[in-house]
Amino acid sequence: MNCGYYNPCMHAGDSLKHLHQLSRIAALNFVLVRYVTYTCMVMMAGFWYLALSLPEAIVYNLQNVKILGFLFMLEVSNLACSRGDHRLFCGLNFSLSSGQIMQVQGANGSGKTSLLRTLCGFMMPDEGDIVWRGGSIRELDEDYYAEMLYLGHLNAIKDELSALENLRISAGLSGVDLDEKEAVAALRRMGLRGRELLPTKVLSQGQRRRVALARLLVSDAKLWILDEPLTALDVGAVALIQELIGEHLAQQGMVIFTTHQPLQVAGTEMRSLTLS
Amino acid sequence: MAINWFKYSAPTTFYGLAGKLIPWFAISAAILFAIGLYIGFVVAPMDAQQGEFYRIIFIHVPASMMSMFLYMIMAGYAALGLIFNTRLSAMMASAIAPTGALFALISLWTGALWGKPMWGAWWMWDARMTSELILLFLYLGFIALHASIDDPRRADRAAALLAIIGSVNVPIIYFSVKWWNTLHQGATIKFSGTSMHVAMQQAMFTMLLACWLYAIAVVLTRVRSIILERERNTTWITELPEMKR
Amino acid sequence: MLDLLLLVIQRDLVLAMRRRADVLTTLVFFVMVVSLFPLGVGPELSMLRKMAPGVLWVAALLASMLSLGRLFSADYLDGTLEQMMLAPQSLSMLVLGKMTAHWMVSGLPLVLMAPILGLQFDMPGQELGILIIGLLLGTPILSMIGAIGAALTLGLRGGGVLLSLLVLPLCIPVLIFGTGAVEAMSSGLSVVSHLSLLGALLVLALVFTPWVTAQALRISME
Repeated sequence: MNCGYYNPCMHAGDSLKHLHQLSRIAALNFVLVRYVTYTCMVMMAGFWYLALSLPEAIVYNLQNVKILGFLFMLEVSNLACSRGDHRLFCGLNFSLSSGQIMQVQGANGSGKTSLLRTLCGFMMPDEGDIVWRGGSIRELDEDYYAEMLYLGHLNAIKDELSALENLRISAGLSGVDLDEKEAVAALRRMGLRGRELLPTKVLSQGQRRRVALARLLVSDAKLWILDEPLTALDVGAVALIQELIGEHLAQQGMVIFTTHQPLQVAGTEMRSLTLS
Repeated sequence: MAINWFKYSAPTTFYGLAGKLIPWFAISAAILFAIGLYIGFVVAPMDAQQGEFYRIIFIHVPASMMSMFLYMIMAGYAALGLIFNTRLSAMMASAIAPTGALFALISLWTGALWGKPMWGAWWMWDARMTSELILLFLYLGFIALHASIDDPRRADRAAALLAIIGSVNVPIIYFSVKWWNTLHQGATIKFSGTSMHVAMQQAMFTMLLACWLYAIAVVLTRVRSIILERERNTTWITELPEMKR
Repeated sequence: MLDLLLLVIQRDLVLAMRRRADVLTTLVFFVMVVSLFPLGVGPELSMLRKMAPGVLWVAALLASMLSLGRLFSADYLDGTLEQMMLAPQSLSMLVLGKMTAHWMVSGLPLVLMAPILGLQFDMPGQELGILIIGLLLGTPILSMIGAIGAALTLGLRGGGVLLSLLVLPLCIPVLIFGTGAVEAMSSGLSVVSHLSLLGALLVLALVFTPWVTAQALRISME
């Protein structure tokens, strides 16, 4: 009997089994396809990320190499700034390269502090751009902040904390893990020997300013932006600050500052920018 | 053909455009209010269950819808201003806020007037009334924050952020009927198979349209004075004919 | 990232410990507001038992408003906030650290105090437990939403009152779900839905509020 081929029941049964098998394979395939797709998607995302970030990283690291240090590090072009209705300055252009120092001059209310705060990225300029190592500071954001240090009118120290705690915490915030020895050494150099552990509320104005300035000693920032660093300081402290600035410039650092007191830094040409 | 899409997003050109548009919006709003109120209070039949009291919904419903729409529009303008740093968007947002607050207040007031005969109480703590109250608070918070910051740019940006945060609350208001089980009636206007009489529908939509036109007219008027105030030091303001008088 | 978070939390906790009076004021305010209610509405236990969750939640809300003003203003006035914004790490993370410290100083003591006050209102044990879980989930949200308001009103005159006006409406969902859980418990319903919604709000707040607060700080510092 040729039941083998033409038996419809058997055929149906076989095909059912076959179908089961097929569906199992299909399910397996489906899972496989899904995972393959997912993997491809992840890989593609990773590739795009790399493709986008690699050139940037290369350019950035190239600029870090000392040979290119002659290039301008900080470039300000066509900067305009206003406070409320009042236009402080416009069309401001300057650039600063490694080892240079610049004093911002001008009468009270001419926008010196506003300029420095704009350079810090606190204030958005009305026009113009601030470029650090070839990138706008708005986009660099944290990369820029890692390389700059700002000291404003306010000391940014806590009355309840000791000088030592204040210094260690502010260093920690700027990403530097400072051990106690280094911190004590910095404070002693600032002339605060014996006062490291006192709460800063018992210190005098000048001593509190010294605590704030001790940050200059422990920071490895390249660009210092100092707003009136000499207020409340005595002659000895002013000399010390001049010395610190000199050292910083010798190490290819950059300084932008404002002051109403005379400040001499040996061996460097002092550039100046006058706001009217 | 090149079209300058942003021609009217500059306060200079927008000021003139708004000045031309305001009378048209104001007049058509007045006409539509008259028609809507006539249909609502004279033509529309008495409701079988609620008697004459229901007629207050012709003011109540458009007002509460407007208060929500305006909040969304305000938050939208605020977001635009915050992201693209456009001056006009921030001005629009601060011009919309008082009108929105007014509509929220009208909605609460008329709701209370309707509630007294229907529920026997001026105020029921049901979800929709409560969320409308919260919406009023959000408007007041926006206005208060904007008013207490002196620097206009910071005021715009801070208030814009608040409006965006608050707009998270508006969907909660809208879906509150489903979220909490309350006394308030379910939504009566549906897109298909409405249960309302034709005249009622006509009155409702006429009133809603009138409210829209009124809101646009008022907001444009307010935006014009904000532009004048903010740009008072620019030359184009001093050259305006109304400034020379 | 985590180092920074821990540094900020540690710093704020040390500062709070050196200014203990501020912490205690918030707690005493909470206890006082709660104790005023029985004096105002009468001593019937049945009514007090019904009111207890609402009273405790509203008092916690008000108490947390009280301490929010200090969250950023002290740092703003002495210039520390400027330095924080110049930190080469993400400002959102820093803000999250400050929020956490704020909650540990002003939210957690309230949660720990709540059972005692609940007993004054004759709340049964199980409901008290739900209230505490609700407060544990809810008070961090209050700190986080409040931080947005504190950042927006930074350095404004009359900032404290304005802060309450801005923040209280946004906190209403927390209040509703927190008290709703206790009410569900007392009427024999499942509390899971309310607590999950509260948990969902907490997760949402954790994800979004630090970033929003950081933006608000940038706006306010300009």
